[in-house]
This record gives sequence, structure tokens and C-alpha cells, in this order.
Amino acid sequence: MDTFLGLDATLLARIQFGFTVSFHFIFPSISIGLASYLAVLNGLYLWRGDEVYLRLFNYWLKIFAIAFGMGVVSGIVMSYQFGTNWSGFSDLAGPVVGPLMAYEVLTAFFLEAGFLGIMLFGRRRVGPGLHFFATLMVAVGTAISATWILSVNSWMQTPQGFAMNADGQFVPEDWWQIVFTPSFPYRLAHTLTASYLATAFIVGGVAAWHLLRGEAHNAVVRKMASMALWMIVITAPLQVVLGHEHGLNTYEHQPVKISAMEGHFESHEDGAPLILFGIPDQEAGEMRYDISVPHLSSVIFGLGWNGAMDGLDVVPDTEEPPVAVVFWSFRVMVGIGFLMVGIGLWGLWARFRGNVYASPMLWRAMIAMGPSGLVAVIAGWITTEVGRQPYVVYGQLRTADAVSPLGASAVGWSLIAFIVIYFAVFGAGVAYILRLMHRAPSPVERGPRSSSGPTRSAGVTPQAQIDAKGHPGPAE
Amino acid sequence: MAFDLTTAWALLLALSVFIYVVLDGFDLGLGILYPLFPHKSDRDLMMNSVAPVWDGNETWLVLGGGGLFAAFPLAYAIILPATYPLVIAMLLGLVFRGVAFEFRWKSTSRFTRRAWDWAFIGGSTVAALCQGMILGTLLQGITVEGRAYAGGWWDWLTPFTLLCGVSVVLGYALLGSCWLILKSEGAIHDRARALARVLGLLTVAGIVGVSAATPFLETAYFDRWLTWPGVLEVAIVPVLVAVLAAWLARTLVGGGADWLPFVLTLGLFALCFAGLGVSMWPWVVPPTVTLQQAAAPHSSQMFMFVGAVVLIPIILAYTAYSYWVFRGKMDPDEGYH
Repeated sequence: MDTFLGLDATLLARIQFGFTVSFHFIFPSISIGLASYLAVLNGLYLWRGDEVYLRLFNYWLKIFAIAFGMGVVSGIVMSYQFGTNWSGFSDLAGPVVGPLMAYEVLTAFFLEAGFLGIMLFGRRRVGPGLHFFATLMVAVGTAISATWILSVNSWMQTPQGFAMNADGQFVPEDWWQIVFTPSFPYRLAHTLTASYLATAFIVGGVAAWHLLRGEAHNAVVRKMASMALWMIVITAPLQVVLGHEHGLNTYEHQPVKISAMEGHFESHEDGAPLILFGIPDQEAGEMRYDISVPHLSSVIFGLGWNGAMDGLDVVPDTEEPPVAVVFWSFRVMVGIGFLMVGIGLWGLWARFRGNVYASPMLWRAMIAMGPSGLVAVIAGWITTEVGRQPYVVYGQLRTADAVSPLGASAVGWSLIAFIVIYFAVFGAGVAYILRLMHRAPSPVERGPRSSSGPTRSAGVTPQAQIDAKGHPGPAE
Repeated sequence: MAFDLTTAWALLLALSVFIYVVLDGFDLGLGILYPLFPHKSDRDLMMNSVAPVWDGNETWLVLGGGGLFAAFPLAYAIILPATYPLVIAMLLGLVFRGVAFEFRWKSTSRFTRRAWDWAFIGGSTVAALCQGMILGTLLQGITVEGRAYAGGWWDWLTPFTLLCGVSVVLGYALLGSCWLILKSEGAIHDRARALARVLGLLTVAGIVGVSAATPFLETAYFDRWLTWPGVLEVAIVPVLVAVLAAWLARTLVGGGADWLPFVLTLGLFALCFAGLGVSMWPWVVPPTVTLQQAAAPHSSQMFMFVGAVVLIPIILAYTAYSYWVFRGKMDPDEGYH
């Protein structure tokens, strides 16, 4: 068999897609959350006229600009990955998923790109009202984008509304059914909330960092911490509920995935245990060294104390997803989720006692949890995507039949190129973001203009010219 | 001719790729020209002149790819594996140049700023070269078996595809210099005019070279371009190319309105597009797969068509608005405002 470093072309293509999409999705997660946060800050500033909101807006705007830029360029790659590495999928499923993605471009990408320039640099040019509108449009664009792409993904998980033609292509029959598949509302709610939660932890982590570094009396930092903690205490428990509902939906439509998530190799006639931890041994078809709570899994899924649950033993081995990956990534996501709820309650308690801004232990915990939302997002995606294997369109099209007719070395070398370049380029971007975060928001915080030069848009004076002339460019 | 949805989609996609070439061509061209403008202040001005619009420009490439995927999934599934290394290289090139817009201003040392300058140069040039070579690969014909690409892994590398690649690099550089003629004043403007003269000549040479080679790639191309009496109909394309080229030469040498070179160059690109259409019609993957064969089912094309017809004019309107907001000459003293 044609292999590269011992891996066949299909597995390499899966790794390549997993790598590029995971890397990509980090940035939209941040920009979905931050765009809404920025719209809220902008609106609050207009409404209350409190300078603090404007300073917060300008502080996060610079970070948003970099994250958004990296999302754009890594996203262009994604729109071609389907064809380069998954031409079988493109040919057969293109008639259904292609139009949905075309709508994403037409309704979301252009909207974001069209209003981004005004959002970043245009406050003085267009006035505060239109500037708020532009910010809102970018935020709405990110949400529309998420809606379409999650509709595509949900169709691939729970396909319906199609027929097959003689070439084996999926032919759309009912667009309403295609767009609104059974898993779509749950996936959309769960993913959008995850973006908000991840962003809240990033914002909270940055605020905590500055609180710990002697900025506890900086009103901007205090507001940042306070808003993040409110967001966390609301969205973290909400996310647990949404995740549970999403799980029930998956149990209904993709029970094999649930078996892998729960680590249920065997069927249970009278009450399935909740396996907290264990070492899955897929070849032997058993869970080793497991720590379980009897009957709890059946109870969670609403089947009652003695509810029967099928295990992986009801499907042939060739229909099983890789259990260990799904089992562990699910636990990572859920574990982080409960820690997040804990942080939210801790913050609420500190607020109740009136010492939020004098709780260094809470701040340290928030710094540690800063990137946790992004880890949870990626872990969640690994759970749902690997859990769908061996299918790319669940129950209809096998991953092995979807791959491009490429040599393993072609996929392997391009994978290496992606890994090297992504780590170098996006590593630099993350370093620039961290540097911006490291700087405390000051009372004279301004828009991107006052940082070292323009970030992405016009209406700006390059720093060198400011330096050379000794005065800043026209006020924004 | 009755309204045919597949033809309409072919035209719509051609339009979206053309808009992409119009918008991102000069944008990539500035990156290609960067080495010829070594001063930091010139480079700042060049980058600032496209900073407000570059990601909107590249969105048209996403629409081109996404539209091909949606309206002609079979073509998408054949062309991308056939041009695999080119597509990957183009995407990585776009990554480098895209992040350079952000990172160049964030770098604190001279060394890192120069590194991002080179990322901008290399990324722009590689992306342009690959786009030309992808076009060349398509035009020279792709081996297909059943519903999949069946050629070798180096089919995309021939003298013809290299000629196409280099021609596109030159053409984009010409667009970039015409953009500078339009947007700048003083020394940088004069420099751009001088460059445009050379690049105009080279671009026309590239067009002539590709056009001369094309009829010999496939007998169908030969028949379409060089047999009587069809030649009378298609000859309008090369004749117009000659007219526009002469006009461009006159305005670049003799002097004229600053917007004229840019518009004339766009005209040249439009004619190349028309010529490409004449050659390839009715194929989407020459010489085996026609537009009709690759077309998505009617329900897919219709679902999208409704949206595209409504949304594309709106998109064009706000794109035009953002160009309008940033119109006029760049003022290097005050920064771009």
C-alpha cells in the first residue's frame, strides 16, 4: 500500500484536514465572541457615554484585528481543502453542501470584509452611529457565517432531504430539511455559546493578569474583569445545559457516537454505568481500570434507573469510531466545562462578599483558565468529528470513499508544509496578540492608530511617520 | 437561446473570477513590485493603499472556489487534485501575504519587519505564479478517468504552464504599477509610470506568447481560432487586444489621465478572459468534461442562483462604497486618510 511515514493517504488527508480546521477554528471562535463583545462595548459607550467602554473597545479591537486576519487567511485554505484532499466528497456531496457554503460566502464573508475597515478605523470618519452599525454588521456576519457552516456540518452528521442519482451524487430535494437537520439547532447553540464562553475566559484571563500586576485600581481593568465574570456565570451553566441537550440529540440520531463517548463497549440491559475514567481497549472491546458510577449514564440520558443502553457490541467493528480519541476528548471538554462553572460560582461568591478585586487566588485561577475555552472547543470538535467515523456523511458516505485520488507522499508533504508554516506564521501572530494583552489598558488608550502603525485598514498614520514628524497623524 | 441555468452559472463564476482578478490583481501586483521600491516610506504607502480592501478582494477567490464547488462539483473535484501542489502553494502564499498586512506593523525590530516584507513579496509572487499555472494546466488539458483526475503528479509543470504563470505575474505587476499611477504622486508616481511601460510591453508579449501556443494544445482550439470562416468572428478578440495595447502604450509614453492605464489594463485582462472563454467553451475541464456534464443538479443551481442574483449586486454596491470612501491620491505626509 502507498504510504508516507507509515501512514496511508486517507489517514494523512484526515490529519491534514483536522490540523488545518482545528488551527483555523481557534480564530473564528475568538472573533465570533470578540465581535459581539465589541458591539456590546460600542453600544454601551453610545448609551451611557462612559469613557471606560470606549477604552475597552479600543483595547480589544487591536487584538480582534489580528485574530480576524488570521481567521481570514486560514479560512481561505479551508475553502479549497474540500477539493484538494476530499474530491470524492466534493463530487458526491457538492450539490448539497456547496450551495450552503456559497451562501456563507455571499451573506457572511463579504459582510464582514465590507464593514471591517469602518469598524477598525472609521469612528471619526463616519461618526459614532454608523461606526456602531459597522461593528454590529461584523458581529452579525460572524454569527451568520457560523450558522451556515454549522448547517453544513449538521447535515453531514444527520443527513436528510436528499436523494441519490445514478452517479452516486447526493441530489437536494428539500432545502428546508437540508438546512434544518435535527442536530443543527443544538450544534449551533452549543458552538456559539462555546465561542462566547471561550472569549469570556480570554477576556477574564487578561483582566486577571492585570489585576495581579498592580492594576486593581484601573477602572478599565475592573470593568473588564467584572463583565467577563458576569458572562462566565451566565454562559457556563447554560453551556452545560446546552451540551446535555446536544448529547440527548446525538443519542437519538447517532447512538454509536454516544457509545464511544461514554466508553460503552457492552450493552447494558438494566442501567448503564457512567464511566468517569478508564483506559479503552478497542481491540479487546473492553474498558480497563474503569471508575464508574452505576446506573448514572442511563439516568443522564433520561432512560431511568434501569434503562437499557446499547453498546458498541451491537454494531460491526467496521462501523466503530476510534473509541479512545472520542472518549478522552469528550472528558477533556466536559471537565473544562465543569471547571468553568466553578470559576463562575467562585466569581459570584467573591462579588457577593464584595472582594472581587482583592482575590488573587481567583485571578490566578482565571489566568490558568484563560485559554481553556479554546481547548474545550477543539476537544468538542474532535469528539463530534471523530465520533462520526468511519463516515463523512453519516451512514451514507464513508470517509475512505470521499478522499482524493492522491499519492500518500503528495498529502504527506503538503501536510508537513502546513504544519511548519502554520506554526511559524500563526505562532508569530499569537505572540503579537500576547504582547498586546500584556500591555495594560491605560487611561489614554486609543484606537489601533496609536499603536505601532495601522493594523489592517486605512485612515492611519504609520508609526515611522509619526516618529519622524514628532506628532501623530490626524485624530481618528 | 432559452435561459439555461448552467450557462448562467458559468457566466456568473467567470464574472466572480474576473472581479477577483480585477481586485486582487493589483493588490498582489503591489507585493510583486515591492522589491523595486526599497524605501520603507514607499512600502508603507503601497501597503496602506490596499490595506482597507485586501480581504474583501480575496473573498472573491473564496466565492470562485465555493461557487465552482457548488455549481460544478465534478469540475472542482477534478481540477483541484490535478493542480494540487499549485493550489497548496497558492494558499500558503496567500497566508504569508495576508498576515503581512497585520504583522508588518506589529514588528518591533528592523529584522522582523524585513522578514514580513519578504513574506509579502514572496507570498504575492507565489500566489500570482500559481494562479497563472493553474490556468495553464486547465487550458492544456487534464487527464480524466471516470469521475476523477487520472494524470500524473507533474502534469501541471510544462513550459506552457510556466509561460502562463510568468505572464500572470507580469500582468499583475502591471496592474499594481497602474494602481500606483492612480493613487500616488511625485517620485513614486513617476517610478510607477516608468515601470508600467516596461511591464506593459512584457505583459503584451506574454499575451501574444500564450495566445500563439494555445491553438496547438488541442485540435478543437485550433479549429476554433484558425479555421475559416469562424476566424472572422473570433478575430475581434486579438484585434481589440492590439488596439488596447497601442492605446496603453500611447498613454504611458505620451502622458494622459492617471486612471487611464489602469482601466486599459483591466480591458486587456477582460479580453484575455474572453479569449479563454472562446477556447474552452463548452468545456469546464478540457478536453473531456463539459459544463453540462459537471453541472450540479438543477435544484442546487437554482437554490443558489436566487441568492446570488440578489446578493451580488448588494455586495458590489458596498464594495464600491468602500473604494469610494478611500478614493483619491495617497498623502504620504499625513498617512492614508
